[in-house]
Amino acid sequence: MVRKSRLRCCGKEVVVDFDLTREQEMIRKEVRKFAQSEIAPVALELDEAEEFSSDLTRKMGEIGLFGMFVAETYEGQAMDYISYIIAVEEIARVDGSQAATIAAGNSLGIGPLYYFGSEEQKQKYLPTLCNGQALWGFGLTEPTAGSDAGGSKTTAVRDGNEWVINGSKIFITNAASDMTLGVTVQAITGTRSNGKPEYTCFIVESGTRGFKAVPMKKKMMWRSSNTAELYFDDVRVPAANILGQQGDGFHQMLKTLDGGRLSIAAMGLGGAQGAYDAALKYAQKREQFGQPISKFQAVAFKLADSAMEIECGRNLLYKACWLRDHKRPFEKEAAMAKLYCSELMGRVANHAVQIHGGYGLMKEYDVERFYRDQKLLDIGEGTSEVQRIVISRYIGC
Amino acid sequence: MEIAVLLKQVPATESLIEIADGGTTIKTDGINWVMNPYDELAVEEALQIRAADGGTVTVFSLGPEKAVEALRTALAMGADTAVRIDPQGKPMDGLSTAKVLAGELKKGAFDLIIAGHRAVDDDNFQVGPAVAELMGIPHISMVIRQEVTDGRIRCTRTIDGGTLVLETALPALITTQRGLNEPRYASLPGIMKAKKKPIDTRALSETGTDPGEPMVRTIAMRLPPQRKGGRIIEGDSATAKAEALVKALREEAKVI
Repeated sequence: MVRKSRLRCCGKEVVVDFDLTREQEMIRKEVRKFAQSEIAPVALELDEAEEFSSDLTRKMGEIGLFGMFVAETYEGQAMDYISYIIAVEEIARVDGSQAATIAAGNSLGIGPLYYFGSEEQKQKYLPTLCNGQALWGFGLTEPTAGSDAGGSKTTAVRDGNEWVINGSKIFITNAASDMTLGVTVQAITGTRSNGKPEYTCFIVESGTRGFKAVPMKKKMMWRSSNTAELYFDDVRVPAANILGQQGDGFHQMLKTLDGGRLSIAAMGLGGAQGAYDAALKYAQKREQFGQPISKFQAVAFKLADSAMEIECGRNLLYKACWLRDHKRPFEKEAAMAKLYCSELMGRVANHAVQIHGGYGLMKEYDVERFYRDQKLLDIGEGTSEVQRIVISRYIGC
Repeated sequence: MEIAVLLKQVPATESLIEIADGGTTIKTDGINWVMNPYDELAVEEALQIRAADGGTVTVFSLGPEKAVEALRTALAMGADTAVRIDPQGKPMDGLSTAKVLAGELKKGAFDLIIAGHRAVDDDNFQVGPAVAELMGIPHISMVIRQEVTDGRIRCTRTIDGGTLVLETALPALITTQRGLNEPRYASLPGIMKAKKKPIDTRALSETGTDPGEPMVRTIAMRLPPQRKGGRIIEGDSATAKAEALVKALREEAKVI
């Protein structure tokens, strides 16, 4: 699509512009091509085997899917947030697991190091991560601390020039793969003046003594993405491994999750698009009672609703990204986009399976996987309920 | 090595093609456009030669404003510069296209020109060889392997049922065949870098080439006949099914 120059209407500049830039269009086209030729043929097999593929992850790295919003200085791709979101969307259109590797890799792995790391930390880790040669995890959730971060038990205690970390984390994406370089882990480092715990984030490299990352198996969804349990048993790291300053942990987590919400929203949007595309194609071909089932209103209306809601989701998500790209507050819109696009994919994947009938229940049809993969989106990076709390606070409830 | 690549933007092969009113063109609304797949092979091969021997890769396309997208893709894959010749709405056939491209290529000093052996939209097979002819340089078509040494190029080309090895002096033009290479994706950083690369746009009227009137005119365009449904061979055993299949192939389809 050629970008139109700004129009003038009634002597006033028209500022609403829904055109993507030429580069954004190209990114969509190339990532779609990549997803269709490299991911689609293996998605079912990897899901079945519950296998994380470092080969595929490296390939995604080669075309530039890691470090998308990172400056060129650290070998990032220096793109805007919409470009990043489009890329996640296009991968999710084909496979949620690979989209998870990308979304978590960028937003949770690379993001905190890039935004809060010292120059030295950035130089040390970002180039390898941005080239997609290695992955990084973000350890936040604990067995006793899900929506309630206050339930965290992982601690770090200063001992001379070192910190000693003890505790565990759970459901940590990209943290126990054969290409994981390390994790950022949030730990309690004291008590603040208001009586609440003080949180600090630490960099812990894979292989550090006392640190163990164990892959989690038997998942319902995202089966070919790497999910880990992390154990810290008297793990000693130098004080230089603090991300930012002591006590910054809580603020860093909030900022990281705000951006992360956009990428989860992109996964919902892309997954909805993929399920809808499959359902439409199937409905146009499948004949019952002597005509394609897409001709029956019972089916057609499901598809019409899906198309409409996808359009709404895309507009909401891109607007939230646009706000972020223009350095405006975007937190409320990010929560809305995450919530809406997650639930949107739930409705569309549900329609898609229904339209496929019995075949939709079979693994051979992609919609079966989409239906399962969607459920994470209602839960991860802030549940739908938490998003509603966030939104309600922003609107003054 | 100075390498030129000729490329064309075509409807994506998965696009649903409909014939426009008038019956001689296709409806272009809502069609997804891509670089001709054989031209992707040409760009990839040029980039590989450049990686080995140095030099530059310039991509050429004769096409409307929209063709910029295909040129941008080539730049994002790694080509150095791009030239678009705008036909200014003038109807072109294979020969007139070749005349214009040859005219522009002569203005440079290219050691090697690579083109797809055909564009998948009109399946004309003509532009590459015609450009070579008009430039007075040798050409080798349907290349699946090439090697450049000491000012010569040695190519393996496909022929019916086998291959042929041919060699010629540079400058020369070769056309690509499937199997030559595996085209790379335009990487995301490549797309961002392409943003800064120039596209030189030349209007047909400024080129100094008179393409002449097209010698070929499209009279009618028809969609291929609807594919008939398959048939499942019935039988009690594998042997019975095989017998029935052979019988059908021999007596009904008359192919064996």
